[in-house]
Amino acid sequence: CRKASAKVITINVSGGNSKEIFELFTNKLVFSDFYLFYIFWQKCDLHKLEEGPPLQAVLSREEGLQYYRTMQTMRRMELKADQLYKQKIIRGFCHLYDGQEACAVGIEAGINLSDHLITAYRAHGYTLTRGGTVREIMAELTGRRGGIAKGKGGSMHMYTKHFYGGNGIVGAQVPLGAGVALACKYLGKNELCVCLYGDGAANQGQIFETYNMASLWKLPCIFICENNKYGMGTSVERAAASTDYYKRGDFIPGLRVDGMDVLCVREATKLAAEHCRSGKGPILMELQTYRYHGHSMSDPGVSYRTRDEIQEVRSKSDPISMLKDRMLSNNMASVEELKEIDVEVRKEIEDAAQFATTDPEPPLDDLCNHIFYNDPPMEVRGTNPWTKLKSVS
Amino acid sequence: MASLRCFLRSGKNAVSAGLRREFHRTPPAAVQVTVRDALNQAMDEELERDERVFLLGEEVAQYDGAYKISRGLWKKYGDKRIIDTPITEMGFAGIAVGAAMAGLRPICEFMTFNFSMQAIDQVINSAAKTYYMSAGLQPIPIVFRGPNGASAGVAAQHSQCFAAWYSHCPGLKVVSPWSAEDSKGLLKSAIRDDNPVVFLENELMYGVPFEMSEEAQSKDFIIPIGKAKLERQGNHVTLVSHSRMVSLCLDAAAVLAKEGIECEVINMRTIRPLDAEAIETSIMKTNHLITVEGGWPQFGVGAEILARIMEGPAFNYLDAPAVRVTGVDIPMPYAKILEDNSIPQIKDIIFSVKKTLNV
Repeated sequence: CRKASAKVITINVSGGNSKEIFELFTNKLVFSDFYLFYIFWQKCDLHKLEEGPPLQAVLSREEGLQYYRTMQTMRRMELKADQLYKQKIIRGFCHLYDGQEACAVGIEAGINLSDHLITAYRAHGYTLTRGGTVREIMAELTGRRGGIAKGKGGSMHMYTKHFYGGNGIVGAQVPLGAGVALACKYLGKNELCVCLYGDGAANQGQIFETYNMASLWKLPCIFICENNKYGMGTSVERAAASTDYYKRGDFIPGLRVDGMDVLCVREATKLAAEHCRSGKGPILMELQTYRYHGHSMSDPGVSYRTRDEIQEVRSKSDPISMLKDRMLSNNMASVEELKEIDVEVRKEIEDAAQFATTDPEPPLDDLCNHIFYNDPPMEVRGTNPWTKLKSVS
Repeated sequence: MASLRCFLRSGKNAVSAGLRREFHRTPPAAVQVTVRDALNQAMDEELERDERVFLLGEEVAQYDGAYKISRGLWKKYGDKRIIDTPITEMGFAGIAVGAAMAGLRPICEFMTFNFSMQAIDQVINSAAKTYYMSAGLQPIPIVFRGPNGASAGVAAQHSQCFAAWYSHCPGLKVVSPWSAEDSKGLLKSAIRDDNPVVFLENELMYGVPFEMSEEAQSKDFIIPIGKAKLERQGNHVTLVSHSRMVSLCLDAAAVLAKEGIECEVINMRTIRPLDAEAIETSIMKTNHLITVEGGWPQFGVGAEILARIMEGPAFNYLDAPAVRVTGVDIPMPYAKILEDNSIPQIKDIIFSVKKTLNV
C-alpha cells in the first residue's frame, strides 16, 4: 500500500502554524509521493444520522489530477455546447451543468462503475462520468449518427452501461432509480443505485411515494438532491415550504453537503454507499451547488437572480478553482502541469466538436428502428397510407 | 354467485363434451378452466420458469389478489417475488419500470386500469419510449396488467376502457384476451416479450369457464402477440371485437344464424399491433364490417379499424359503409337500467348487422 511509504502532511485549514511547518518540507518532497491529508473545517448537517462523513479526507496526487481533468473536461464541454447552441448547431433543449462539476465527479469517486446511477435532464456531466466520451455526447447534442444514442435521444436521453439517463419528466427518474435499486437487492450483487433529482423536483409527489417504498423494502438507494437554489426560475424559498431537502425524506436519514467541494461530495458519497451496502436501506444526500448558466439555453438566467450572485459564486466557490488552489498551495502539482491538462482538455473538446459538427445526421432508414427489442422486422405506417416504413429491432 | 351471474351475462355455452363419463374410457384431454385460473397458471408457470420474473401491485400477495388472480402465488414464491405495494401507483409503476431497466422482468398489476392513469407517465414516457430514445441501448421487458373497461355497478370512475389510449402509443404492445386460452397463452407471451406490454383483462370474464385444449394446458403454450383469431366462420358480415364483447358477438351470431344470416366473428386478441390482414381477408369474403367494443366511440379501437380498412385493399370489397358498435358516449352511470343501456347489448349488434345488410 502506497500510504505506508508516502510522506503524509496534515494540513489544518484554519491554522497558520502548519503552513510554516509545511514549507520546511516542501523542497524535499517529490510530487509522485504526495498524499494530502485534508481536514474539513465544517461538519455536514445531519438528519437521523448518528455520524456524518469523516472530517478528514485523503487525496492522492493521482486522484487530484484525475478529478481536475474530469471537471475541466466537463466544464469545457458544457461551454462548447453553449457556443454550438448559439450557432444553432445544437437545437431544442440544452441544460448545462457548469458550476456543478464537483457533484458528478465527487459522486463517481465515491461509488464504482458497477453501481448504477440515474438523473434528470441536466445529464451531460453524468454521461461523462459514467463512461460516455465527449465525442459521442457532443455528437448526440448535434443530432448525428455518431451520437451516444445515434442522434435519436438528444440532450436529455443519453445512456451508458449502468446509467439510465437523462430523463425528461421532472421527478419520474426517482421511482425508476428505486426500481434499479430493487433489482440490485433482488440480484444480490452488492450494487447500489444513485438516484438524483433537483430542488425543483424535490416537491414531486412520486418522490415521496418512492421514499416510502424504498424505506419499507430497504432498497440500496442513495437519493441525492442537487440543490442549485433554483428550479428553473423559481428560487427554493418560493417553491418549498421546507428547504431542508436533506430532511424531506422524514424517516430516511439524511445529510447536507457542500456540493462545490469535490472531496466533501466524495466522502459523503462513500458514507452513503457504506450505509446502503450494509443493508440499512436508503439514505438521502443534499448537495448544495450552483449552476452558472440559466435553467437551459433559452434562459439567460438573470431575471430571477443577480449577476452579482453568479459572479460571487464563480469567484469564491468555483469547484475547479477550489481544487486547483488546493493542489497548488499544497504543492501537489505545478502550475505548468495543470496548464498542460487544460491544453489537452481543450484539444479533446475541439476534436469532439469538430466530429460533432461534421459527422452526418442519422440515415432516414433508421427512422423507425428501435421500437421493439428482439422482435422480427415490422412495418410502420408513414405519414400517409401509401408510405410503409421498415422497422428493425 | 358472481361466477354464475358472469356466466349468464356472457351467455357462452360452456358445457362441453368433457363432462360425459363412461366406463373404460379415458376422459378427453380438454378441461374447463376459468379465465382467472388461466391467468393464475400463466403467472405461476412463468415465475417458475424464469427467476427474474416477479409480480408487484396492491394486494397481490397476502390478499391473494384483489380479484384473486394471484391466488396462492405468495405462498409458493414468497416476499421476494410477490410484492404487496402501498397505494402509490405512480411510485410503484416507476419502480417496476426501473427494475425492468436493470435486468428484472416485472409484472406490474394495476387493481384496475382506471388507476393506471395515475401512473400513465411511467407507462408511456419511461417504458414505451425508452428503447427508441436510447437507440436500442435500453430495453424494458415489463407487463402492466389488470382489469379494464366496464364492470358491474362500479360507476363512472371505475369503468373506463383504456384500449384506445394505450394503443395510441408506439413502443407499447397492447393485448386484450377473451377466453381462458387467450388469457393464458397471451399472458405467457407478454411475460416472455422483451418489450412493454399492456395486458387488458376484464373483471366480468374472470369467472367464466372455457374449454382448454390439451395443447393449451402445456407449460410452453404461448399465443403470439399480434395475431387475431377467427372464432366463427361466416359469409355475410364480419364482426370484429375484443375481450368480453366477443361473447356478445358470438351470441348475436347464434341468434342471427336462425334467420339465415351467418356472421364471421374475429377475436382481435391484440389491439396493438393490430392484425389488419385478418380483418381484410374476412371483409374480402363477407363484404361487410362491424366493429364491436365496450369503450367510447370517439377515437376508439373501432375508429382505428375503420380508418385502416378505408386506407387498405379491403375498401373496394365493402358493399356498405363499415360501422362501429360501441359504448354510449357518456360517463358510466350507476343504476342498473342505465348501466345496461350504456354498453352494447346483443340486440344492438343484431340491429346493426341488419341495418348494414339492409334486411
